[in-house]
Amino acid sequence: MEKKKIKRDIMLISTLIIVCAAAFLIINFVVKKDGITAVVKVDGNIVYMLPLDKNASVTVEGYQGGSNTVVIENGTVYMKDADCPDKLCEKTGKINKNGETIVCLPHRVVVEIQGGEGNVDSLVR
Amino acid sequence: MKNSTRTQKLALCGVLTALAMIFGYIESVISVPLPVPGIKVGLPNIAIITILYVVGIKEAVAVNLIRITLTAVLFGNLNSFLFSMSGAVLSMIIMIILKKIQFFSSVGVSVAGGVLHNIGQIIAAVFIMGSGAIVYYLPVLMITGTVTGAVIGIVSAMVVKRTERAYGQK
Repeated sequence: MEKKKIKRDIMLISTLIIVCAAAFLIINFVVKKDGITAVVKVDGNIVYMLPLDKNASVTVEGYQGGSNTVVIENGTVYMKDADCPDKLCEKTGKINKNGETIVCLPHRVVVEIQGGEGNVDSLVR
Repeated sequence: MKNSTRTQKLALCGVLTALAMIFGYIESVISVPLPVPGIKVGLPNIAIITILYVVGIKEAVAVNLIRITLTAVLFGNLNSFLFSMSGAVLSMIIMIILKKIQFFSSVGVSVAGGVLHNIGQIIAAVFIMGSGAIVYYLPVLMITGTVTGAVIGIVSAMVVKRTERAYGQK
């Protein structure tokens, strides 16, 4: 009886993972639209709005000091340099789809892709 | 816990409510190094599943509702309350159903609970922010919900075994 249940557990888990992985791939490659602009915000205030089709590199000063370098390259945005302690923003990697964000929490810097279809906000808790 | 007194039940529920709240706090401090917001391990669910299996369904619902309300009053706001409430209601319903039909072990119950929690939160997010595009996060959240749900389920099974033993029952 217990063994049967464990088998069913494993089946449930693998089905969920396969279905979700498929949904994830479909959403990322079919549904999501490429964004048009990268909006850089510091503590909620917009400091830069950069078009994605032009390569650029800007350095923004974080809330209460610190600096982040945002780079646009071939239509994607990434955080090249940040002197924050956790470097999560650098680890986020390149983004280019509408609604994606790079967040540097220690410096309160947010890079958000906008434009295209729909608008995903960044808050899910 | 059929033979235990009301007081024993009450004490266990109280202790586990407090534990669930502390787990919730610990979880809010830990930041998950993934680029998707909203991923959580679901530590409070250990306490909820323990109550569900050791004490009973009614008590599990009560503990969960009390935990969420108290957490929201103490540390949260209306939005965080709505988020956790919608997730908790859905996950409670599915966990109770799955526990009743005895189809899965506590691991499966926990996985389903974790995934439904994510779905509930996304539904709340869609309503609060009035944006359907947030559904895009759902597959990622469901995968992490499945994995963390499995881990929580395994841990819960161990806790349930030991709690039952502590109360002198098989």
